[in-house]
Amino acid sequence: MTVATLRPALHVASRAPRDRTLLLMVPAWAMLIVMFLVPLTLFFVRTFMEFDGTTAEFIGQAQDLLFSQPYLTALGTTNWIALIVTVTVLLIGYPIAYYLTTAKGIGVRIVVLSIVLPYFTSIIVRTFSWMVLLGEHGLVNEALLAAGLIGHPLPLMYNRLGVLIGMSYVLLPYMVLTLYAAMRAIDPSLMRAASSLGATGFYAFWRVYFPLSLHGVVSGGLIVYILSIGFFITPALMGGQHDIMIAMLIDRALEVAVDWPSAALMSLTLLVVTMVLYAIYYRITDIRRLIGAR
Amino acid sequence: MAMVAELAPPPPPATVRPAAGGSAIELRGLTKRYGDEAVVNDIAVSIAPGEFFSLLGPSGSGKTTTLMMLAGFVRPDGGGILVDGADIAAVPPQKRGFGMVFQNYAIFPHLNVFENVAFPLRARHWAKDVIGERVNWALDLVRLGRFADRDARQLSGGQQQRVALARAIVFHPHVVLMDEPLGALDKNLRFEMQVEIKEIQQRLGMTVLYVTHDQEEAMSMSDRIAIMNHGRIDQVGPPGEIYERPANPFVGRFLGEANMIEGTVTPELGEVARLRLPSGQELRAPRENSCDAGPGMLFIRPERVEIAPGTAVSADPSANALAGTVHRCSFLGKILRYSVDLDGAAPITVDLQNAAGVTPLPVGARVVMRWPVADSLILSGDE
Repeated sequence: MTVATLRPALHVASRAPRDRTLLLMVPAWAMLIVMFLVPLTLFFVRTFMEFDGTTAEFIGQAQDLLFSQPYLTALGTTNWIALIVTVTVLLIGYPIAYYLTTAKGIGVRIVVLSIVLPYFTSIIVRTFSWMVLLGEHGLVNEALLAAGLIGHPLPLMYNRLGVLIGMSYVLLPYMVLTLYAAMRAIDPSLMRAASSLGATGFYAFWRVYFPLSLHGVVSGGLIVYILSIGFFITPALMGGQHDIMIAMLIDRALEVAVDWPSAALMSLTLLVVTMVLYAIYYRITDIRRLIGAR
Repeated sequence: MAMVAELAPPPPPATVRPAAGGSAIELRGLTKRYGDEAVVNDIAVSIAPGEFFSLLGPSGSGKTTTLMMLAGFVRPDGGGILVDGADIAAVPPQKRGFGMVFQNYAIFPHLNVFENVAFPLRARHWAKDVIGERVNWALDLVRLGRFADRDARQLSGGQQQRVALARAIVFHPHVVLMDEPLGALDKNLRFEMQVEIKEIQQRLGMTVLYVTHDQEEAMSMSDRIAIMNHGRIDQVGPPGEIYERPANPFVGRFLGEANMIEGTVTPELGEVARLRLPSGQELRAPRENSCDAGPGMLFIRPERVEIAPGTAVSADPSANALAGTVHRCSFLGKILRYSVDLDGAAPITVDLQNAAGVTPLPVGARVVMRWPVADSLILSGDE
């Protein structure tokens, strides 16, 4: 260290700017800590501290809650709805994203606008819009009745169908944008190469395009699934009494039963599931980078 | 892959035999317009079975568009493409049965080398053991036999090039289209690949349509070259012919260094045409169809011009001679390139082999340049 060589000087020079750029993250970290981590920790700590009883009693009650029928039903419903929404959104979103990557001109702009604009609109506004459309006297039923296609209004809302429609609509942009990013990275000359080598359109899609878009499918699917399992507003407004999702159960524990420990416990399980899924998602995007995708 | 080779029954030799030759291709008045501009303008050419045919031209000359029309990715606005006499206008790309090598190789990144090469065979639903056998044959041909299990993305540019080549020939197409396949390789590797592609083509006897903007590449590989410029074919012929007898000044300049000495073609008739320079001197060339009286230029390649110190211009009837002053001498390794000022005209470039005993002439030296009348060519003045 006493001898001034070039090497340590270079080392310091290359490290200094990186340290300073990290400072840019401080406001974001501060916000995350103050507004998310601290309240979350306090919430859990307080609710568990307020529990008066032994640890064994606490574990027993926690087991009772987590294996109770309402909780298990809500857990099943939540995952089932999340799964169906994810598949629905994938099936609708994949062709849209494909169209966006291949087409040019005014059509693309219209589609992008209609995908992105709702993304910036309040979820409550969007859910109420669907209620106007799907209600018993909503536009869809009125139109079908007027056309003479149905004799009675169809039950489009306050049931599972309403939840699925509403959630799929809200979550579609996440899927489309994720898929679009993945598809943009696919070299278009690969599809040309495939067809020049004798592949039909379907074969080229199935053997070349789809495998290359797969990580986008998985990423988009995980994002939509993660967001789905925490959904509250849409199922609360558009669902029926059999469509209780975990977030709604938590809300009831807080608002109706004023049972904070139960709410905290359910929140914790939801958080853990979300973190696990997020870890998978992170691994996949990480692998994607490793294999050199743009 | 080794497993496939072991499990497969001994290959019947018939299936590994090279393709039975190539197809004849005819372009008839082929035209493509983008808006008002004709990027390919009424081109017509006949390519013989098994011929190595290059489309050579600067970027934007329409050569790639022509290739894409052949491949079926660009729809022609006029004219037709005939393969062995049949119009293929209505045939989609995947049914044309051409092999194709792309500029960026277009290797499938999610498949290994073996699967990349097997792709055209799997797309055709070939039997599994035949696929294994044929892919190994193609990989051996491009000397990638050991790389079958390698991830395609781990390959170097030259190796990717070979995979692309193997993939394009593995199904024994009668026609292979190549779009600047060596453009991304460095110079030494490019030369090596030129030789290999040419050897494979001769072995398999397929027709190759090769697009390039590199004139040396086109000349070293092609049986015939079509020079494209502004969507038209300016000249078609064997490399030697278009190099020695360019149809117009553009072709002459595009294929390499060229002297174009401007003057006026004199109206007298005879076997020898004469070009009068502004200085009053006359140069001669064999009379060909482009020797109409009026403004013109005399074309001579720099390596055909001899240069010697002195001022005396002899009156040898079989040679043109001009006196001048050495303006610059550039050392290019195997040649010395002189720029010689003529008195009152554009300088002439002279290439001299850097052979044993050659000592560079000093700048400012008075020199006489001499070249055979037979190697001279008169071109009309307007390009």
